[in-house]
Amino acid sequence: MHGLINRAIQCFYRDTYGAAAWADLVRRLDLDFTEFEPMLQYECSLTYRMIDAMAAALGKDRDVVLEDIGTFLITNPAAEAPRRLLRFGGYTFLDFLHSLDDLPDRARLAVEDLVLPVLELREHGLNQFSLRCSGDPPGMGHVLVGVLRAMADDYGALVFLEHAGTVQGAEVIEITLIEAAFAEGRTFELGMARAEGT
Amino acid sequence: MEQLCNLLDVLCPMHLTLDRTGHIDHVGPTLAKLRPGEVIVGERFLEVFELRRPQAVTRMSDLMALAGNKLHLRFRDAPRTGLKGVLVPAPGGGGGAVIDLSFGISVVDAVRDHALTAADFAHTDLTIEMLYLVEAKSAAMEASRKLNQRLQGAKIAAEEQAFTDTLTGLKNRRAMDHVLARVAENGGRFALMHLDLDFFKAVNDTQGHAAGDHVLQEVARILVEETRREDTVARIGGDEFMLLFADRMTRRRLEDISRRLIARLERPIVHGEAECRISASIGIAMSEDYPDLDIARMQEDADIALYASKHNGRACHTFYDISLRNAPYVGAAPPGRGEVTLR
Repeated sequence: MHGLINRAIQCFYRDTYGAAAWADLVRRLDLDFTEFEPMLQYECSLTYRMIDAMAAALGKDRDVVLEDIGTFLITNPAAEAPRRLLRFGGYTFLDFLHSLDDLPDRARLAVEDLVLPVLELREHGLNQFSLRCSGDPPGMGHVLVGVLRAMADDYGALVFLEHAGTVQGAEVIEITLIEAAFAEGRTFELGMARAEGT
Repeated sequence: MEQLCNLLDVLCPMHLTLDRTGHIDHVGPTLAKLRPGEVIVGERFLEVFELRRPQAVTRMSDLMALAGNKLHLRFRDAPRTGLKGVLVPAPGGGGGAVIDLSFGISVVDAVRDHALTAADFAHTDLTIEMLYLVEAKSAAMEASRKLNQRLQGAKIAAEEQAFTDTLTGLKNRRAMDHVLARVAENGGRFALMHLDLDFFKAVNDTQGHAAGDHVLQEVARILVEETRREDTVARIGGDEFMLLFADRMTRRRLEDISRRLIARLERPIVHGEAECRISASIGIAMSEDYPDLDIARMQEDADIALYASKHNGRACHTFYDISLRNAPYVGAAPPGRGEVTLR
């Protein structure tokens, strides 16, 4: 598993539940390091164990933890990059939804060895979509639900999202776009690259 | 013409059109956004924009002659955003022209300076993808840079904590300090031998550092061969070595070892086509001479004994004795010492 993913999960847990909670988890997992390096690769099994340990420590359902991770990815003010990079996908939330098919390719353009699950958006009506998510890690659909919910907020769109389980090896997320411009949303200026890159 | 402008507003939102006198008569929506609150329609094109390449264009007819060529321009007033452009004569033969502009390499700054959004670019324009890449790559580079910094820091820390001299594979001064502290704690008897190479600087100077390094490696090999497993051999300076002989050693045995070491070190060391000749001076201090063991004092005494060997014509060994401290040369510049610093 790419270090960026593990690092994001680490930051989610540490920033949400505190450094002591993270230190405790490091002990539980018997890691011989305390921080994931975003640019290194790790065993996938470690990622799964980490998520299970978080769910156990928090007394939450695994799926709920995964969705929380997705939301954190977008809303964490300390790391604007994921939100900004996703906002490049489209000017409106609908554009953004249509850009999701390209997401794994976009990620690979940025970080060559970052492999994301294959995403496929299907349109079932004017405002009715489903997103199929296949590939590792399993449960990524729940992370995506969290990401989409936060991104809808970001665009000011009102959507209804539901993880509809796994169909033919792909996790399916049902998306209903109720109102594209429901609220103000957060502003997105293209030209923040330099100010934030430093 | 109006139909054409509507079409170009979508396809090329940074275009403008000129009339036959070289005055601007229509500006695309994104280009207009670069000069908010300003009306550039009606202005003379060459007064709003400076044509940087090709230069010396002052009239509309000069401009028209550049049709199809790449133009480098910038606004004459601040912010003086740089632009690339191309001119085509307007259809209909009325003498006007269409100029399409783009940001070129200054796009990142321009987009920030003018607070542009995705809606300001044509759907087919790759600018958004490029901005995405710039930002994504910057973030990835930053992560890599931080990783490199951490690795560099870890490497330096590891080197600082290292106990091995990388050139010879012997222990280093740090390691020797640890060993000395340990034997001092255990209270056993031991002897300390301070060995300094003679004529090593000459090898370094005449044969070069590669030969010097080779000699140091050969010296290290000899020192290890002539000592027992329980002894410690360390390179503590450029051409300075410290040997610690564990357990009880007689003066007789230490004398034998010293003579044998010097004899072996004096055999020419072959490096390439050259023969390197060195020797060694030795100073020895024995723990049994100290009722209250003081490691620092013992090291100092071994050094004084070494100093005496140097003074006695080199290539010999000397046992420390209190009388050496009163020798007439004490306090004078040490002969041939301190010439080589650890590289």
